[in-house]
Amino acid sequence: MLRYTLANVTSLLFHIGRYFAFLVAAFRRPRKVRVFGRALAAELEMIGLQSLGIVVLLSLFMGAVIAIQTAHQIGGWIPAYTIGFAVRQTMILEFAPTIIPVILSGKVGSNIASQIGTMRVSEQIDALEVMGVAAISHLALPKILAGVIIFPFLVIIAMVLGIGAGAWISVAADLSSMSDFQYGMQIDFAQYDVMYALFKTTVFAAIITSVSAYHGFYTSGGALEVGRSSTKAVVYSVVLIMITNLVITQLLLT
Amino acid sequence: MICATDVHKAFGEKVVLNGVSADFKPGQVNFIIGRSGSGKSVLTKCLVGLLEVDRGLVTYSGPSGDRDFTAMRPREREAVRHEIGMLFQGGALFDSMTVRENVMFPLTMFANLDPVQMEHRVQECLQRVELGDSGQFFPAEISGGMQKRVALARSIVMRPRFLFCDEPNSGLDPQTAIVIDTLIRELTHEYETTTVVVSHDMNSVIEIGEHIHFVHDGDIPWTGDSAAILRAELPALEEFVYASDLMKDVRKKMLGL
Repeated sequence: MLRYTLANVTSLLFHIGRYFAFLVAAFRRPRKVRVFGRALAAELEMIGLQSLGIVVLLSLFMGAVIAIQTAHQIGGWIPAYTIGFAVRQTMILEFAPTIIPVILSGKVGSNIASQIGTMRVSEQIDALEVMGVAAISHLALPKILAGVIIFPFLVIIAMVLGIGAGAWISVAADLSSMSDFQYGMQIDFAQYDVMYALFKTTVFAAIITSVSAYHGFYTSGGALEVGRSSTKAVVYSVVLIMITNLVITQLLLT
Repeated sequence: MICATDVHKAFGEKVVLNGVSADFKPGQVNFIIGRSGSGKSVLTKCLVGLLEVDRGLVTYSGPSGDRDFTAMRPREREAVRHEIGMLFQGGALFDSMTVRENVMFPLTMFANLDPVQMEHRVQECLQRVELGDSGQFFPAEISGGMQKRVALARSIVMRPRFLFCDEPNSGLDPQTAIVIDTLIRELTHEYETTTVVVSHDMNSVIEIGEHIHFVHDGDIPWTGDSAAILRAELPALEEFVYASDLMKDVRKKMLGL
């Protein structure tokens, strides 16, 4: 038992050390700015534009569901404007900045890990290294930067659409009037909450892209291992997001 | 010239290379041959720095003198690597790039050429491997033999001083294999490269091998040319060379039986 625990701790420390070494290597200055720019643009499209559909869909439905659930819970004795307040707070504080990245870790994270993992098992990374290309920086940096740039925009879109959908369903289902919803939406609004949300989104984006790139880069074996790396990338990203979420929330909201 | 001196490499308890020494001559097609699992791929990876040696030296010689590759830091190695071209067993073409972009990639990263010059060089290399009109295709859209030729074009686009080919004929039909072999030989002589081919294909060895190293049990017990290999008296090498019926017939004819 002790030996098993020791082996696990050693393995964990090994991965933490290698992950930070990977990050240091990833942030090496790109050799050719034009090549890097093209790679960054491609990643912005892959991570951002191609994720837009799922973000829009989820935000619309979640905003509407939160409005209905809030209306259901407040019954007749709490003011109807609470619906607007609850939708706004939930979307800004937690759904958009945390749940959207968690969902995107499944889409973006697994995509990054499988893409880099496939390059590893088909010797494409070896080819880069033999040419003298700094493979970690070449592959990981555009993805990390693209994630950090584009995730906040996706989250802002999620916030706006979620609140909009909440307002629409509240009026359409006669849960509250538009003026009540708008009033609730504006009560006690703090810009700081939005800054907090965008800050943690940026951190989560860095986690998802770097952890996934790490797992992809150190894939060894064949197609089966590429699948395993994708799974690991998603699981580790989600766990780290949850832990980081707690730490950031404790530090910034108390 | 590339020299490996007393190279040791082990994976845990398993010793793969046990003090290998070999030299690879410039302007010649040098072969590393041996059975599967004998350590020839590990030796090649140690030569290009994809694996670190446990002990020993790998030296690249050039106009600027001998350079101890094993003692270099990663950034120092990059300069040597710009002189290396490598044809991987599976081609290792970048899936997301077209044939043209694959061949152009090393130029984009390392060469100080304008776009017209780059385009010209890419076309020159593609025509050299008889794929001048295939630049627009993606690797998934062309055959295995064509992929190998594209990979060969990519590996020579920087005019490398050292060319490595890992199992260049694996998975190819005999005719395409001969095309690839011929290309490797012609390019070696044309560019005066130090070419290292890893293979267990005896046809290739006899066809284009000029300096051959036989790897066996983590060592190189025999070195010679393609004429000498047919008369070698090392049992392990004889077993390897005359494993096929075709080669057994060759031997019988050679001995006048």
